Amino acid sequence: PYAGPVESKNEAAMSELVPEPRQKPVVPMKPMGINASLLGYIGIDTIIEQMRKKTMKTGFDFNIMVVGQSGLGKSTLVNTLFKSQVSRKSSGWNREEKIPKTVEIKAIGHVIEEGGVKMKLTVIDTPGFGDQINNENCWEPIEKYINEQYEKFLKEEVNIARKKRIPDTRVHCCLYFISPTGHSLRPLDLEFMKHLSKVVNIIPVIAKADTMTLEEKTEFKQRVRKELEVNGIEFYPQKEFDEDLEDKTENDKIRQESMPFAVVGSDKEYQVNGKRVLGRKTPWGIIEVENLNHCEFALLRDFVIRTHLQDLKEVTHNIHYETYRAKRLNGSGGLPPMTVKTEENHESNL
Amino acid sequence: YIQPLFSCQFSDSAGYVGFANLPNQVHRKSVKKGFEFTLMVVGESGLGKSTLINSLFLTDLYPERYIPGAAEKIERTVQIEASTVEIEERGVKLRLTVVDTPGYGDAINSQDCFKTIIHYIDNQFERYLHDESGLNRRHIIDNRVHCCFYFISPFGHGLKPLDVEFMKALHGKVNIVPVIAKADTLTLKERERLKRRVLDEISEHGIRIYQLPDADSDEDEEFKEQTRASIPFAVIGSNQLIEVKGKKIRGRLYPWGVVEVENPEHNDFLKLRTMLVTHMQDLQEVTQDLHYENFRSERLKRTGK
Repeated sequence: PYAGPVESKNEAAMSELVPEPRQKPVVPMKPMGINASLLGYIGIDTIIEQMRKKTMKTGFDFNIMVVGQSGLGKSTLVNTLFKSQVSRKSSGWNREEKIPKTVEIKAIGHVIEEGGVKMKLTVIDTPGFGDQINNENCWEPIEKYINEQYEKFLKEEVNIARKKRIPDTRVHCCLYFISPTGHSLRPLDLEFMKHLSKVVNIIPVIAKADTMTLEEKTEFKQRVRKELEVNGIEFYPQKEFDEDLEDKTENDKIRQESMPFAVVGSDKEYQVNGKRVLGRKTPWGIIEVENLNHCEFALLRDFVIRTHLQDLKEVTHNIHYETYRAKRLNGSGGLPPMTVKTEENHESNL
Repeated sequence: YIQPLFSCQFSDSAGYVGFANLPNQVHRKSVKKGFEFTLMVVGESGLGKSTLINSLFLTDLYPERYIPGAAEKIERTVQIEASTVEIEERGVKLRLTVVDTPGYGDAINSQDCFKTIIHYIDNQFERYLHDESGLNRRHIIDNRVHCCFYFISPFGHGLKPLDVEFMKALHGKVNIVPVIAKADTLTLKERERLKRRVLDEISEHGIRIYQLPDADSDEDEEFKEQTRASIPFAVIGSNQLIEVKGKKIRGRLYPWGVVEVENPEHNDFLKLRTMLVTHMQDLQEVTQDLHYENFRSERLKRTGK
């Protein structure tokens, strides 16, 4: 039902000049006969096409973060996901480089295009995470980075003269790499996900899944799922954000059966049965990355890119960002005032 | 063997990532939610506004209409009446709100009649600004006026002083689409002359009416040019169905012939309707990016924040 006008202070001042608009009840459209539909086409449905054109023209931002110990194949996996050399591995990073003493945040941006749709992809890598002897609080620089992006967006949004399209550097998706020990999660895994699932969409993946047999994989996944549940870790897609029954059914299946995705990454191609496939060559066979019989890479890719890309952005914007904003506007929440470097001196409304 | 969860219609051609599917993901949500659009109609009584709206959206928005007599109109001030109708077409839901302004131009002294309208539009901006700045922003309702059809009388020689004043006062707050009403009172020649007069006067007074965006590469450039060249649209509306050559069409029956609403040779009705529905998204965008942002920055500067 059409909501009537909401009382506000300004209305009292204006009510002398503006008579309250008389709200008529919503009129449902008169049912039309079948013949009338030929004459009766208005063209409302073309708005879908208009929106599609707009999306294609403006392109979109997508920011994906990868977190996990050194050597779990994070960079390779991201390259495989986007079938391009987009990760740190491909931008001059040397494998022999020393592990950094603290967690570093490295953001690398690329513009990729497909089917007329332009994507400004930023891959945020976190070398040094979990690699020290003492890894206490190593998630803090990551949490700080994520909040800094929210702060940047907020500052632009409250500006008096704000940009038409606010540049979006917020992290839409965080892939957390679990080591395929076959036993259980490590304490660091739990700590990280507990803290960060409150500020960002976390998608846990089991890395280098080719080290496990099918049975070992199934058991490990079950154990990990159980541990996540017992520890109250809400990974993406979060149960509380399912919008309707359709979403819930679809997402329940993913949460309870497929996740965490056990993946293998590769940027090398081999010839298998006359086709060129991405894979890993071993003496006992070729592991095909996109073969669902070998690993769940294709499920992860379809999930993140082909079906839930928009939803990842929306949950980030409507939930995580709004939570941050509400805390900031309330002036408390334990967040220290942030100084984020902005390019020009903007008049702010904060 | 792992059962694939999603049936992907895309062939897994080498190098295909799949984010080209994003527009579909975006739309799925929009189609579920439906769209909202607010259209305002302004013009003197009797110019056929209500009839035109009914013709445009093939519905009867004003079922129990009461038309006041002249004596009543003397004391009447401008009212703002909002009617909402839900239209569904091929699975797409539109919640259309038509804001009517009965009483406009009726009073003997119409000095202040558009102030009410300005306040209404500002009020919607104010409300939106308030909601947008609030803590809970999940369900903001957008009641801002996305488009205003301004009805010009076909009986004059161009714009009346009230027309000029109104458009000058509102072109910075809403997308104005000028419309010449009851176009069947004019011959084709008279129509062209009037259109030219109106355009000259609009330009002379520096009035900014809604501009159609340039055609995209795949859009019909010629069609867009033709549409642009027809502004202001000279239209006819009708609530009656008349039988012509075995078909029932909307029209007006005169002794000398039948005027067909949807006949492009008789008037610009179809052009107006096509323009409106194919530019709903752009009208909303211009309202948000231009008119609303202007209001917002003025408002924030004023309160000294």
